[in-house]
Amino acid sequence: MSSAVVSTSAALGRPFIFDADSEPEVRPLPGANQTSEKARVGTAAPGCPVERSSTVLRRQASLQSAIQDQQSKILPGSVLPASQLSIRPTPEMASTGILEFDALTGGLPRGCLTELCGPASSGRTTVLLAALAAATRRGEFCALIDASDALDPHSAAAAGIDLDRLLWVRCNENSPGRHGDTKKKENQKKGCPISRASLAREVGISSQSAFDFDRTPLHQSEHRLEQVLRATDLLLESGGFGLIVLDLADIAAQAARHIPLTTWFRFRRAVEHKLTILLVIEQQAIAGSCSSLLLQLGVLSTQYSVLSSHARSDDQHLQPAHAHLFAGLNINVQLTHSRLERKPARAVAFETKTAWAG
Amino acid sequence: MPFACIYIPNFPVAAALRAEPDLQAYPIAIFEGKPPLEKIIAVNERARALGISPGMTKAQAELCSELALRPRSSLHDSSAHAALLDCAQSFSPCLEDTAADTALIDLAGMESLLGSLPQISRAISARAVAVGLQANVAVASNPDAALLAARGFPGVTVIPPGKEAMQLGQLAVGFLFHDHLEGEEKKSADHLLETLERWGIRNLRALAALPQVSLSERLGQQGLRLQQLARGAASRTLVPVEPPLVFEEAIELEHPIVLLEPLAFLLNRLLEQICARLGSRALATQELRLTLELEVFHQPSKINYQPFLRTLRLPLPMLDAKVFLKLLQLDLNANPPGAPIVKIHLAAEPARPRSAQGGLFLPPSPEPEKLELTLARIAGMVGEHKVGALELLDTHHPEGFRMRRFVAEVARKTPQKENSDSSAVGSAIAKSAVTALRRFRPPLRVHVALENGEPARVICPKKKEAQGDVLWKAGPWRFSGDWWEHEAWSRDEWDLALQNGDTIALYRLVHDLLAGAWFVEGMYD
Repeated sequence: MSSAVVSTSAALGRPFIFDADSEPEVRPLPGANQTSEKARVGTAAPGCPVERSSTVLRRQASLQSAIQDQQSKILPGSVLPASQLSIRPTPEMASTGILEFDALTGGLPRGCLTELCGPASSGRTTVLLAALAAATRRGEFCALIDASDALDPHSAAAAGIDLDRLLWVRCNENSPGRHGDTKKKENQKKGCPISRASLAREVGISSQSAFDFDRTPLHQSEHRLEQVLRATDLLLESGGFGLIVLDLADIAAQAARHIPLTTWFRFRRAVEHKLTILLVIEQQAIAGSCSSLLLQLGVLSTQYSVLSSHARSDDQHLQPAHAHLFAGLNINVQLTHSRLERKPARAVAFETKTAWAG
Repeated sequence: MPFACIYIPNFPVAAALRAEPDLQAYPIAIFEGKPPLEKIIAVNERARALGISPGMTKAQAELCSELALRPRSSLHDSSAHAALLDCAQSFSPCLEDTAADTALIDLAGMESLLGSLPQISRAISARAVAVGLQANVAVASNPDAALLAARGFPGVTVIPPGKEAMQLGQLAVGFLFHDHLEGEEKKSADHLLETLERWGIRNLRALAALPQVSLSERLGQQGLRLQQLARGAASRTLVPVEPPLVFEEAIELEHPIVLLEPLAFLLNRLLEQICARLGSRALATQELRLTLELEVFHQPSKINYQPFLRTLRLPLPMLDAKVFLKLLQLDLNANPPGAPIVKIHLAAEPARPRSAQGGLFLPPSPEPEKLELTLARIAGMVGEHKVGALELLDTHHPEGFRMRRFVAEVARKTPQKENSDSSAVGSAIAKSAVTALRRFRPPLRVHVALENGEPARVICPKKKEAQGDVLWKAGPWRFSGDWWEHEAWSRDEWDLALQNGDTIALYRLVHDLLAGAWFVEGMYD
């Protein structure tokens, strides 16, 4: 399945600003007439129609010559008609390790941004760990940028992740960057005015910052988000990872929405034409049109069906707690949005099992 | 059997210029001695043109404002000497450390490997330039002829076999004696030179033409030896040495450095020199040790010097000066020295360069150098121990893991293991996904209302989402461990479904039996 490229500038890798040399078409703007009108009113004396008309004619002639001059500068073939735009190749799909999930989406697209949304206990982390396990089994190196330091190592091992191939970035609020100003003051006290800012500029730490990082103090979630975005930038720039996951599941949707859309656009452009899968798990969709796949996860509506207890009888509540065993979840996945194919939204369900349920 | 000699003319100046390449375009003079009796011992051509010559006092030389005066530094000399030996060692393992400024190489068998003798000579000269030294290179059929030619002729000289006497004949007699003789040797050499001067013998051709018996009657065995040298017919065996694998460079600063930016320039120079030396020996490094000598003022009138050591350990052997510089910059940025720097010493631990065969059908992996930089930058942001790979510990403790360095090269698995792994892959795909737990770090302290000894309601002041009425529960599951340690732990775990408004979520509740407190440890997701 393939889809036509809609954005000319995106396909050609040009910014959305046309400069004077490459402007495809120049039309006489209403503003130009207004300017000439203003000039006419300002310069010519009232009651001189001959002078006014000659001024207008002169200006129109100069405008026409400018237009022709600009049009002559446009090289033939430099502006591609929409009918001749190249077809975006279908991305390669990589398995998540969950058959039902793969049947729904075909896997996770490489070189694209995929979003997994859902509330608490909706199976986002389970899918995330399954995808990491599948990627490491393929021999790929993966990175997990954990905004809330929430990864459980035992769950990761039980999911089958090759831990040697997983880079775990644990963002937290007690990082050295948070107390940068304090350290700087301490250094100044010691009598060594070592410039951290100049060095950071030199090594390019803050070259692509999404926020104003010099603000202090930062809100916890905002601070963690800035770490996530910086780390993602650096890892995307480094390259060579098969799967990069941003775990924003514990970041409140309101805080996550503060990430500018340009950041997601940058991420999308960074992974484009590469074999890297960029996966984001979150509470609500935040990347907008930058994501190629948007999946909504949730528990099935029957509340107790998510709990596979050994005591699945009507008098379950009469059983003592130690007679129960949490054995897994029934997860519902809905494909909400896909740029890869145009089909109505559809959903599948799959079961997960706890490590001790066998 | 051909021999090559590498000779560094004007060695003290060459050593100083290697440490400060910016001075190439300036007149420079090197002085040594105790104040106020410092004397000029070496000058370059530009300084000579200004009238500066060895033997002048420092005070006299200071009258020339354009002159760059530098003290003789044993650190610079030893670094330059080590670089000379590295350069020689990169061509042949059979080399002689003749003097601080001279090395002799046995080139037997090298022609089939490295090309003709002129090609080898030019390659040696180019390698010397790469390690920061301008050398004279001469090739001859015996070591002494090569040595004389290297001292006497600038650039590259190749003397064909049998033409030694003709080529060396134009050299002055003074070249037979080393520049830096001292004591009795110097007196004897001066006496011989004076005698030859009185005889009218000014070059080696004239000395070579003297009758042997008469020369022996007048000057003895020493005279015969000098005549053999002059004829290029002396023969001796090399005294081979094996240069130690020590790669160290150092700079002593006249004025202390207080900013990281100028420090970076100096570090860059040292790193490039070390990398060139390592490269000439076909080695890389896995550990860099940076020692900064700091000027610490404990009292207003008393200055103490204390070392500041930083060690950069790399996961894989590397040889990229730019990467090393960035890593050192990031490290110093995170751990600033805190006092003015007066001396920089950099040492590299040599290691075999990594050899990896990339597979056409293997998935891509991060480039080690790029990855190391990226990890250093991320570590500077989130903390050193907050980025890396996971390693599970052999314990039942819920947080029984540690972080270790992430390396983008995983050891190739044995075929048996691969087979077993591939069967495991199939079974892993066939079976259901494993329900994951999301941990709260640190665990959330909660208040729990009990009914019949079981949790009925959870109140979490810190996180409002993790509280509510217990809809369903399983447990308790008792765990304990490390009872023989101070960090003993004992706990009951509950799996709960909590209803908070319209939302239902599954949590792991923990009752710490030793502290008597309740915690929500994580959420099933």
